[in-house]
Amino acid sequence: MSGAGDAVRAFLRGLGQTLITLGLVVLLFCGYEVYFTNVYTSKEQSRLGDDLREQWAEPAADKPGPVLVGTALGTGLAELWIPRVDMVGDQAKVVVEGVGHEDLKRGPGHYPGSALPGQVGNVVVSGHRTTYGAPFNRLDELRVGDAVVVETRDTWFTYRVVRQQIVAPTAVEVTYPVPGDKTAKPVKKLLTLTTCNPKYSAKTRLIITAELQTALAKSAGEPPALTGSA
Amino acid sequence: MYGFLWRLFPGGVVGKLLCSLLLAALVVVLLFLYVFPQVEQLLPFQDVTVDSGTGAPAGG
Repeated sequence: MSGAGDAVRAFLRGLGQTLITLGLVVLLFCGYEVYFTNVYTSKEQSRLGDDLREQWAEPAADKPGPVLVGTALGTGLAELWIPRVDMVGDQAKVVVEGVGHEDLKRGPGHYPGSALPGQVGNVVVSGHRTTYGAPFNRLDELRVGDAVVVETRDTWFTYRVVRQQIVAPTAVEVTYPVPGDKTAKPVKKLLTLTTCNPKYSAKTRLIITAELQTALAKSAGEPPALTGSA
Repeated sequence: MYGFLWRLFPGGVVGKLLCSLLLAALVVVLLFLYVFPQVEQLLPFQDVTVDSGTGAPAGG
C-alpha cells in the first residue's frame, strides 16, 4: 500500500493498455489490407469498366490514329481476360494507364510508353499479387500456350503465353520492346505481365511473356479462347 | 488512459458509452483514410513492377 507500489501499478496498467491498443490497431490494419483494399478495387473496377464500355459504345472519334493514344493516367485502357485463372462469373479486369501506387490500386496498370494492345513491341502490364483485388494472384498457374485476351474498342487480341520466369526486381530488360535487348528493333507483338513474387513478398518478380496469336474484330463475336472451344 | 477518458466523458453510463463509441469510430476512420494508406506503401507486397531502383517507374 506504499506510494511506490501505487506508481508501479499505475505504470503497468498504462503499459498493458497501450500494448493492447497497439495490438488492436495491427489487427485492424490486417483487416484493412485483406478486406477493405479489395472492396476499394472492386468499386473502382466496376466504375472504370462502366466508363470504358460507355466510351466504346460511342462512335469512334474522328481524330486519326489509334483511339487508345492519350489515355489519361488512372483511367481505363482495355479489358483483360485470363481464362486459366479467371473464376466463373468473373468480370474482365480493367487495365488502367499508369503504374503508380494510386493507379495500381484501381487495377492492373499499363506502363506508359510501352506498346498498346496489338502493336508491334511489348505491352507491359503490372498488377497486385495480393491485396487490392489481387488481379495477378494466380499468375504462377499460367502455362505455356495459355491464352491472355485483351479487349479493346474494336478488337479481341488473343495472346498465348510463351514464357514464365522469375527475375530480380531490377530486371527492367523484360519490359523492353525486345525483352533483353535494349537496342533491337521489335518485330514481334508481345505482352508482358509483371507482379511480385512470392506472395506477400517483394523478393523477386514473376514475369509472364505472351505473343499475339490472333486479332479478331469484335463484330465477329467472342474469340475461341473465351468461349472455351480452344 | 481509458480510465481517464471514462471519467472525462459527460453523462451517465449511456452518455459515456456513446462518447466512447464515437471516439473509437473517429479513430478507425482516421486510421483507414490517412494512416493505413501511408503505412502500406512500406510493405513489400506493394512492389509489383520492375525498375532499376531509381524510383522510375514508381513501384506499386
